[in-house]
Amino acid sequence: MKKLSSSFLNMVSVLSGITIIAAVTLTYVYMQTKDQINHSQEVKQLEAIRTVLPPFDHLDLKPLDMNDGVETMKVYKAYDRKNNFVGAAVESSSNNGYKGHIDIMVGFDKQGIIYNYTVLEQNETPGLGSKMIDWFKTKKGNQNILGKNPATANLSVTKTGGEVDAITAATISSKAFLFAIRNAYFAFTSNIESSIQLTETNADSTQQDVKEPINNNVEMKGNN
Amino acid sequence: MKDSGFKIIVNGLLKENPIFVLTLGMCPALATTTSAINGMSMGLATLFVLFGSNIVVSMLKNIIPDKVRILAYVVVIATFESVVEMLIHAYFPSLYESLGIFIPLIVVNCMVLGRAEAFAATNSVFKSALDGLGMGLGFTFALTLLGVARELLGTGKAFGYVVFPDQYGALIFVLAPGAFIVLGYIIVVMNRFKKIRRL
Repeated sequence: MKKLSSSFLNMVSVLSGITIIAAVTLTYVYMQTKDQINHSQEVKQLEAIRTVLPPFDHLDLKPLDMNDGVETMKVYKAYDRKNNFVGAAVESSSNNGYKGHIDIMVGFDKQGIIYNYTVLEQNETPGLGSKMIDWFKTKKGNQNILGKNPATANLSVTKTGGEVDAITAATISSKAFLFAIRNAYFAFTSNIESSIQLTETNADSTQQDVKEPINNNVEMKGNN
Repeated sequence: MKDSGFKIIVNGLLKENPIFVLTLGMCPALATTTSAINGMSMGLATLFVLFGSNIVVSMLKNIIPDKVRILAYVVVIATFESVVEMLIHAYFPSLYESLGIFIPLIVVNCMVLGRAEAFAATNSVFKSALDGLGMGLGFTFALTLLGVARELLGTGKAFGYVVFPDQYGALIFVLAPGAFIVLGYIIVVMNRFKKIRRL
């Protein structure tokens, strides 16, 4: 078969043909994988929540979204079988990492004590800033933050007068991480009262009322 | 070209290995090989794209007018890349995260376009498929080797299994400079190996 000549009509029709086939293929694959992609993201989210919280029975159906103008926090409240509040997982983030965005999930029990955390997304330097994944869980010196209550403990790096040891050679990453933790705590405290109250008075239909937007943004911002 | 199918595959795997001999597609090779598993998955993703695009380009070689051939190739390659990206995102979410931006960058991997232009555009569909397979395997082999070497020297692990404790690892091998050092030494060894065989 002879090669088609490069006439205008040939070029236009061949290119159009190829792009149309490409578009159809991609649409098909997209439709096939869309649900699976959403599903795996949800599973990942739930997995993260389960690791940072004490054992619980069910979550609020919808997370509370909070925005302080810069960062968005999501609060997932967890209840045991009798609808008692056991704690909340907060998804929090900071844009001040050494290489940009850091996204964490941190769990507080009902007293506001940090139960556990997990890093959802980070691009920090491997071997330095990326150590944040377990650094702040390790019981060594003053680097552990689990079991501490941000209300009584000053969770910032020792360099700036706090009581947490920063990751060696990664102070910026540590600062960004602890900022996200503190921010998460503000998001947590600004709705903890309402949730406890609700579980006590109206145990059956808890989920309905909690979705009200909460306007503590100004206070939260002040603490940054 | 009168090469047998086997020769074409070996050609891509060793004699014209895209990384160690042709040094094509260096960007993903150096950036994603921080661990063995990342390197291998990147290699396999590229293998799929290379294999698919070589076949399609070879099938279309007579109906694509010369003046727009590069455009047409890029569309074909980009389609395969997007398919891979969606599949990885759907079924291997953690892999998707660690490879990140480098999956879309397969489109501009000069190796893929290079094989489409240099081989698939002038050879039969069967040979092009073999070439894609060979080159892809060569690329996968190279990336896996780089990944294993860097992970082992940097963190004392291979494919996530601890070989020796973390603190004896040299962090530099996980960072960018280590990629160049390891690649350099592997190329030295490959060249030596080739010389010995020729003698």
